[in-house]
Amino acid sequence: MTTPIAKTVTTPATPVDQSLLYPSPYKEFWQAFSRNKGAVAGLMFMCLIVFCALFAPWVAPHNPSEQYRDFLLTPPVWLEGGNWQFILGTDELGRDLLSRLITGARLSLLIGLSSVLISLIPGVFLGLLAGFFPRILGPSIMRLMDVMLALPSLLLAVAIVAILGPGLINTVIAIAIVSLPSYVRLTRAAVMGELNRDYVTAARLAGAGLPRLMFVTVLPNCMAPLIVQATLSFSSAILDAAALGFLGLGVQPPTPEWGTMLASARDYIERAWWVVSLPGLTILLSVLAINLMGDGLRDALDPKLKNAA
Amino acid sequence: MLSFIARRLGLLIPTFFGITLLTFALIRLIPGDPVEVMMGERRVDPEMHAQAMERLGLNKPLPEQYLDYVGKLAQGDLGESLRTRESVWNEFLTLFPATLELAFAALVFAGVVGLLAGVIAALKRGSLFDHGVMGISLAGYSMPIFWWGLILIMFFSVSLGWTPVSGRIDLLYDIEPKTGFMLIDTLLSDEEGAFKDAVMHLILPAIVLGTIPLAVIARMTRSSMLEVLREDYIRTARAKGLSPARVVFVHGLRNALIPVLTVFGLQVGTLLAGAVLTETIFSWPGIGKWLIEAIGARDYPVVQNGILLIACLVILVNFVVDILYGLANPRIRHQR
Amino acid sequence: MKLLPLQAALAAVLLSAAAGLSAKPLVVCTEGSPEGFDIVQYTTAVTADASAETVFNRLVDFRPGTTEIQPALAERWEISADGLTYTFHLREGVKFHTTDYFKPTRTLNADDVLWSFRRQLDPNHPWHDKSSVGFPYFESMGFKDLLKSVEKTDEHTVVFTLSRPEAPFLSDLAMAFTSIYSAEYGDQLLKAGKTGDLNSKPIGTGPFIFQRYNKDAQVRYKPNPDYFRGKPPADALIFAIASDNNVRLQKLKANECQVALYPKPDDIPSIKADPKLKVAEMEALTTGYISLNTEHKYLSDVRVRKAINIAFDRQTHVDQLFGKGNALVGVNPYPPTLIGYNTANRNPPRDLDKARALLKEAGVPPGTVLTLFTRNGGGATNPNPRLSAEMLQADLGKIGLKVDIRVMEWAEMLRRAKNGEADMVSTGWAGDNGDPDNFLTPLLSCDAVKSGENYARWCNRKFQALIDKARTITDANERAALYVEALAVYDEDQPWISMAHPKMFTAMRDNVEGYHINPLTNNNFATTQVK
Repeated sequence: MTTPIAKTVTTPATPVDQSLLYPSPYKEFWQAFSRNKGAVAGLMFMCLIVFCALFAPWVAPHNPSEQYRDFLLTPPVWLEGGNWQFILGTDELGRDLLSRLITGARLSLLIGLSSVLISLIPGVFLGLLAGFFPRILGPSIMRLMDVMLALPSLLLAVAIVAILGPGLINTVIAIAIVSLPSYVRLTRAAVMGELNRDYVTAARLAGAGLPRLMFVTVLPNCMAPLIVQATLSFSSAILDAAALGFLGLGVQPPTPEWGTMLASARDYIERAWWVVSLPGLTILLSVLAINLMGDGLRDALDPKLKNAA
Repeated sequence: MLSFIARRLGLLIPTFFGITLLTFALIRLIPGDPVEVMMGERRVDPEMHAQAMERLGLNKPLPEQYLDYVGKLAQGDLGESLRTRESVWNEFLTLFPATLELAFAALVFAGVVGLLAGVIAALKRGSLFDHGVMGISLAGYSMPIFWWGLILIMFFSVSLGWTPVSGRIDLLYDIEPKTGFMLIDTLLSDEEGAFKDAVMHLILPAIVLGTIPLAVIARMTRSSMLEVLREDYIRTARAKGLSPARVVFVHGLRNALIPVLTVFGLQVGTLLAGAVLTETIFSWPGIGKWLIEAIGARDYPVVQNGILLIACLVILVNFVVDILYGLANPRIRHQR
Repeated sequence: MKLLPLQAALAAVLLSAAAGLSAKPLVVCTEGSPEGFDIVQYTTAVTADASAETVFNRLVDFRPGTTEIQPALAERWEISADGLTYTFHLREGVKFHTTDYFKPTRTLNADDVLWSFRRQLDPNHPWHDKSSVGFPYFESMGFKDLLKSVEKTDEHTVVFTLSRPEAPFLSDLAMAFTSIYSAEYGDQLLKAGKTGDLNSKPIGTGPFIFQRYNKDAQVRYKPNPDYFRGKPPADALIFAIASDNNVRLQKLKANECQVALYPKPDDIPSIKADPKLKVAEMEALTTGYISLNTEHKYLSDVRVRKAINIAFDRQTHVDQLFGKGNALVGVNPYPPTLIGYNTANRNPPRDLDKARALLKEAGVPPGTVLTLFTRNGGGATNPNPRLSAEMLQADLGKIGLKVDIRVMEWAEMLRRAKNGEADMVSTGWAGDNGDPDNFLTPLLSCDAVKSGENYARWCNRKFQALIDKARTITDANERAALYVEALAVYDEDQPWISMAHPKMFTAMRDNVEGYHINPLTNNNFATTQVK
């Protein structure tokens, strides 16, 4: 009779809690995220923007609406005619550009955040419904979303603002409505993917009611693509709000929204290029930062979604 | 194959009705009295007002108005512009070639440059070129294109004077709009230098409009190419001793192109949205500018049916892309 | 020789190129697309510029740069003593345009005048129902009731019979909607079943012949060699449509257009400073004002209205809104270019204490809220209504009145204001025919209270009697005296805060000659050329 193969030799004296050997999910996420240099750069820029937004009244050197009649169209400080009082120069009504950009950060972030929230919550809810009721409710919700997606998003936003009238709140509503379909689609796809898994079946067998199934069991596991989508639609919200402002349909002057600033800046292409370049540059950098963060998030949260790079 | 097309068509119908409902609702929700809008600041006497309401059918109950609307659409009657009294369909047809020309030029620009950049980036993965392409394309779709257009105008038109500031062609050329496509019309006319002038006017707007599709196509091509290059059949082709160019372009690109083609098609929506902004900046007389001005002027029939037409266009293109994709990829055809 | 046709062709190309080089076309950057070319269907200035001022003429015209009437298609006329009959003697030998879609067989005669007017007046006229929304100006000027009949007594004499004496009638006949069309062309189109062509292929007697309209891009005309006032000096007239005023300015600076309409007031100083450009300016026949609803509890008391007018800082307001020197501060309901302007009327000097005292006297509790309705976007009479409203709010706040600013879309605002929902309405008015009655009756008459357009809902018997009388008298001096009296009544009662009479500007290259800026904002290029 052969002896059974001996077990592995040493059993440790005290059983080590296996979970302590692995980093916490948050730490793991941060390690993956920080490996992406671009994402980190994006995060740092965003921190700057958030800081400006939160502390705008204290950070901005001047009141953004105050018109310095003697300093119309002053160039930025590094050009001839520049003035340290107005580091980035002034616009056509003599308002300090730097202060307007900083205050504008508030608006852009506000618009981004509120539109994301307003579309995320109903979007996720509808997506859950569509996923959990795939026979009738699901397809009808999806058809509705298809209709909304058939229109290019800017056109739909423009049409909505045309109805509701221009202004900050209506801009947010329009952008939220326009971003809704992508959340619904995403949630539905994720939910349908998860529904076949064992843990859901187990929960069902354990007697979990529908609400619990939806929100406690399935939803947390769909968060990864949703977070990424939220970041991306945050950046689109900023771009769309700027586009609406540029067309005169969004935030109205004299409120210093970056896109609205560009609308009046068209007049000064020849005379005062900084009034044109700087607000646009700020939009570009902010959106770029968010997109970099979004890319990093996506790579860190779900390796399956990573680029084949 | 036919059942696939039929299935796709079947999905189209409810979407189409949904769009009509959407555009109908959109317009009815706009505040303000349409008849007063039409009369502008002039006095409207009550009798005229009632007559106009009657004529436009605005005093019937809403569901009946909707049915009237759909009925007219079925007969091809898209109403009249409140401003010019011209048929919306005619206005659309007159202006659409301008947008089409611009979109086509933008797509050609985005396609050629994007494909090349994406392929080369994939081949030289990890190099400076690769990072550069990825960086630039990320910047490309992070940027507000109206600002980008202004910057390019500032630089190339105003400072350097290389390109004109706006419009489709210099006003001194009298070009008869035979096809609506300025490039073709200038060739057909006998004015010298007109074709070159038309091209110069087209360059900047095409670049601006094509920037976002360029970014998307470049990225998509790169990632698709990378996936394809890892496949076995590529290794086989190389092992067989085929030249690298042949491997890349004949074996690799053909397969990599399939997802890229889908992206091409999906860019139509982006192009139409972008056209609105680009046409505004460059004073390009196309349907984007038409729609924005109609919204400002409360020209209901134009807004309503203009949006409808654009949405139908997008749906149509998506449909065609779907079919083409199904043709190219048998797995899709036989899916549920 | 086989080469001859080729050489000939080459020569022709070269010659035409050379001819093209020496031709001086006039390119005008305009602010919008014309809605169509059948001018009687439309009301906007853009459309009038592109059709009435180029392709058509009327029986009478305004002398360029003024509101004086001069003969046009009518050489002379007589008005009956009772003011009810107007007899016009038409100019002979006036030719209609010859184009590739129409060749006239005769010159202008009375039938053309009849056609043009009966079309709008007579429901039985075959062309009456060819317009989808009627004839807006014909109706809003009240011609349906005013014109009893239009008849001809011979080939070159037309008689208009009115239902009541109406002094402004002659000025009305200079307006775009009375343009004279070719009855022959009308018949030709009717027979061919192509009535829509009247709107896209116009025929008239005017200085320019319509060539082509590239939608939203440009309108092309060539000069009419047979124009009764002489062939226009411009070799070609091109309207370049550029709705953005920055684009218009850019094109002007690049010499892509030689005239740019409606430049921004902010740009005027820099245009004036540019040696290659120049600016023509004039007070427009427009008024920006804020009406005070005299049916409101407190606003019905004239002391309250006076207090508001005393507290409003008009000069600063006008300077900030339009830029220094770009608008005249408003005193009377219409600008000084019209007869009967009461020069004795003055805006009260700003005196906050006096204002507060008046309010106290009238028993207005401090903190009373007044609603101010204002439009959303800027317009000719007020480039920034929001700013304007905020300034008034600040001023009235200083005397204890709270202003609640309600911003809304133009059409909605008009509708609600007509219903009397507003305490104050910030709006404007543009004159059509250079006659004071055109300002006073639609805006300040008792009839207008009923129709709602008198947003101040102010009906003053004395004022009404004076303007009614002035409307029926044809003697200009008598009328002027009556209007002066009427405006004195207006000044006593102060139903409005009159704000400003903006100036209008046209920018052009300094080698453009013969352009006359008109108070009625129409632009005519019959005498304009590029030197």
